[in-house]
Amino acid sequence: MSVTANQGSWRWREALGRILFLVRREFLTIWRDKRIRSVLILPPIIQLFLFSYAATFEVNHVPLAVFNEDMSLESRDLVAKFTASPTFTDTARITSMHEGQDLIERGRVLMLLRVPANFAHVLKSGGTPTVQVIVDGRQSNTALIALGYVGSIIEDYSRERAQSLGQKLPTPVLVQRAWFNANMISQWFIVPGIVASLTMIVATIITALSIAREKELGTFEQLLVTPLRPYEILIGKVVPAVVLALGEGLVLALMGIWFFGVPLRGDVAIIVLGLVVFLVSVTSCGLMISALTSTQQQAQIAAFCFIMPCVILSGFTTPIENMPGWVQAITYLNPLRYVLVINRGVFLQDMPLLVALNQVWPMALIGLATGTGAILLFRRRVF
Amino acid sequence: MPTGLRFRAISKTFVTETRKVQALNDVSGEMMPGKITGLVGPDGAGKTTLVRVLAGLLDADSGDVSLSEKGSTARIAYMPQKFGLYEDLSVAENMTLYADLNGLNPDLRNQRFAELNRFTGLGPFQHRLAGNLSGGMKQKLGLACTLIVAPDILLLDEPSVGVDPVSRRELWSMVRALQGTGIAVLWTTAYLDEADGCDQVILLYEGAVLDHGAPGDISAQVAQRTWRVVLPGAETMRKRDVQRAAMALPGVVDAQIKGRNLRIVMAEDGVAPPTSLSNLAALRQFTPTPTPPQFEDAYLAAMRKKNLVASSAAPTLAVDERGTAAAQDIVIETQDLSKRFGTFTAVDRFSFAVRRGEIFGLLGPNGAGKSTTFKMLCGLVPPSSGSALVAGFDLATARADARGRIGYMAQKFAYVAHLSVAQNMEFAGGVYGLSGEGLKTRARAVAIEFGLTPFLDQNCGELPLGIKQRMALACAVMHKPDILFLDEPTSGVDPVTRRDFWSRLNAMADDGTTILITSHFLDEAEYCDRMSIIYRGRQIAAGSPDDIKSAQNGAEGTLEEAFIRLIEAHDRAEPDTRADAA
Repeated sequence: MSVTANQGSWRWREALGRILFLVRREFLTIWRDKRIRSVLILPPIIQLFLFSYAATFEVNHVPLAVFNEDMSLESRDLVAKFTASPTFTDTARITSMHEGQDLIERGRVLMLLRVPANFAHVLKSGGTPTVQVIVDGRQSNTALIALGYVGSIIEDYSRERAQSLGQKLPTPVLVQRAWFNANMISQWFIVPGIVASLTMIVATIITALSIAREKELGTFEQLLVTPLRPYEILIGKVVPAVVLALGEGLVLALMGIWFFGVPLRGDVAIIVLGLVVFLVSVTSCGLMISALTSTQQQAQIAAFCFIMPCVILSGFTTPIENMPGWVQAITYLNPLRYVLVINRGVFLQDMPLLVALNQVWPMALIGLATGTGAILLFRRRVF
Repeated sequence: MPTGLRFRAISKTFVTETRKVQALNDVSGEMMPGKITGLVGPDGAGKTTLVRVLAGLLDADSGDVSLSEKGSTARIAYMPQKFGLYEDLSVAENMTLYADLNGLNPDLRNQRFAELNRFTGLGPFQHRLAGNLSGGMKQKLGLACTLIVAPDILLLDEPSVGVDPVSRRELWSMVRALQGTGIAVLWTTAYLDEADGCDQVILLYEGAVLDHGAPGDISAQVAQRTWRVVLPGAETMRKRDVQRAAMALPGVVDAQIKGRNLRIVMAEDGVAPPTSLSNLAALRQFTPTPTPPQFEDAYLAAMRKKNLVASSAAPTLAVDERGTAAAQDIVIETQDLSKRFGTFTAVDRFSFAVRRGEIFGLLGPNGAGKSTTFKMLCGLVPPSSGSALVAGFDLATARADARGRIGYMAQKFAYVAHLSVAQNMEFAGGVYGLSGEGLKTRARAVAIEFGLTPFLDQNCGELPLGIKQRMALACAVMHKPDILFLDEPTSGVDPVTRRDFWSRLNAMADDGTTILITSHFLDEAEYCDRMSIIYRGRQIAAGSPDDIKSAQNGAEGTLEEAFIRLIEAHDRAEPDTRADAA
């Protein structure tokens, strides 16, 4: 065994020892400071619930006004189909269009259903009657979804009526089937995304603020005079952030499974793999922020400016496919984009490892770039 | 009509996450018109809390504050420790801003500004940005802004912190000049030597009044106990050895070296001073002569009487193998060390050498380049040119290795407040390569040496200042460094803790640790073996304290006088060319 090799491995072990002490100190710092501890535990859990309940794509309880000009059995049947549906709430019965206009303008109802006076007559005479539906276009998303429900309710009505009359209508029936989320429960879609977004927030904030805090306290200088090398300090900062954020992500995932009944169809190990690679790339960004800022306040603002676009450009709430081409191009630089695909895939679809790897390698590349960036920035700013 | 401010039985308690802190406990006093009242005490004594209560910024839990003239009204001006100067505004703009904020009549403005500028001497610097002023000039500008509308009562919170000795004198003469106008001034300070400049003093310690009265009266309490000894044969010995020997004698409360003299304070009246240093063979018989008491003597005696002085058990840092190494080894050597930031030269061709076991002082006013030199030697900042050898490692090539051999104690207490003393010490040892049993043994030994054993499980943020400082030193020596870098280690610390601190330093130096220290306490600099005075990035004097003094004003004078003379001479020779480049 050559002497140099021996020395080399000794140096390596010394460096590892130093990093371990730094990691331990980081954990202790976070754990013993009540304020940091509560910031890391409470808000993510609250946010999980807030997002999961608030950010839902289903439309329920749409306030509906009914203007029934045709006081027939048939028209009452049709109206009942609307008011009995959980999608609509029977808010008002009106007797003039003027009244309806007023309700919509004031935002009291979102939809107006008008059944014309000749509804039953046309129906009985074998024709196709028309009903008018007016929606509040100011809330276009909700209105569109509600209109979809209107279509299916009316289709339902005609089929039932045909059956009751013993007619065999040769109507082609369109059967929609949503794979992986048959009931289109939006929480199934949101929870895996939230797990990724919240771990990103936690990891970025921990790393961005920890060095800024040390700079403010003057403890950073104390670290720099020790034999710790810059990259050792960076590793010592990244490891605790990744471990904590990962732990938190898994806890949030468990809550999603228990509380919202999100299925976990794939392998947790793939989620862990995805999150670790993702977190390394994200914490490196946090470190870059901390290299460029000198106070916690600056770091917080910078972290916010980083997190917001990442979340918006990830496909978490709005589909990337709907974005203009150049914005879509930017999203390829966003690590959250990839981990979202993995999380949703593993949760809902049992995504195989090979498919997941397609999302892992771009994140690894991004991590390599941001990590190198952090080291370079650190050397320049600190030394 | 001039009026004073009277405060009676002020108490204030702060409640933090884990404990209650009684900042003020039944504090009473009075500021008299036309007088300077000194509020004197170490950091954490409650000075700022009291000033903030007097300024009406903080409600006391009990007690009352009132004007001493019933029915009169008074304008109170308050200058906080860090005055809110806008660093990106010029001197004139700052003054205009404060004139606007105080609603000063525009017609009176020019006249008032002219008066204040004459008073502060800031006239030639009207267009300089406040951020580019020196610490002393900033304080003067702060004072001018505070005085924009002439107040009746002036509250100054530690105006002389971070101010070099020259500016400190100027600040004092400015405030004295105000006395004629009948203003009641409160001057807060942690420097006991400033007490003698006040008309009356309130001595605060841990939230309670330790003593109050005219400074002369307070000092007079120890009048019969202070002695001066001209040391025979002292040239051949190290001053700190003499001081230590004198301190160890029975009945001695304090022993300080002043030039070639030894000042001794006895514990009680009527106790005869020692006539020889029996424990130091080289010193023959001597005859002590009475000498006038100083404020600091009285402070120490008062602390002793109240039994507030921690037992100064002689620290004995375990001697290790290094002690036997040749004492003449050079452990720090710089050659034309320079640092430039853009066009600004912070350190200009600085060369010096420090031998093993020496205590070497780096002295200079703020902004002289002390910290930058320090940072270069610690490997925090790369030099622009020149070379430096630290503990045998070239800073250009082996910075991290050099760092492994040094201990560093920052000016600010730089430890995570929520970690316990033990955790901080373990980390300090761990990053230097100690681990397992070795680390535990060392931590135990250091804790015992520094008297930290009772505090091991406490969060370090909640320790009293003196203990914090001891912990910082303990952390810095966990790995038995060859060289110890101490940046203003004693600022804001009370004299008792300071003495304790220095005796530890002496013991470490005797064991072969080399100590590089910056300080603005020039009386403290007397204990350095050698020192270097830097000013505007350049070394303007170097040598032993005696060398420096005799070159300026003979060994009888104080180091502070020599220091001020040096700087004034330098200013005459080379006026500040950076004046108003803007």
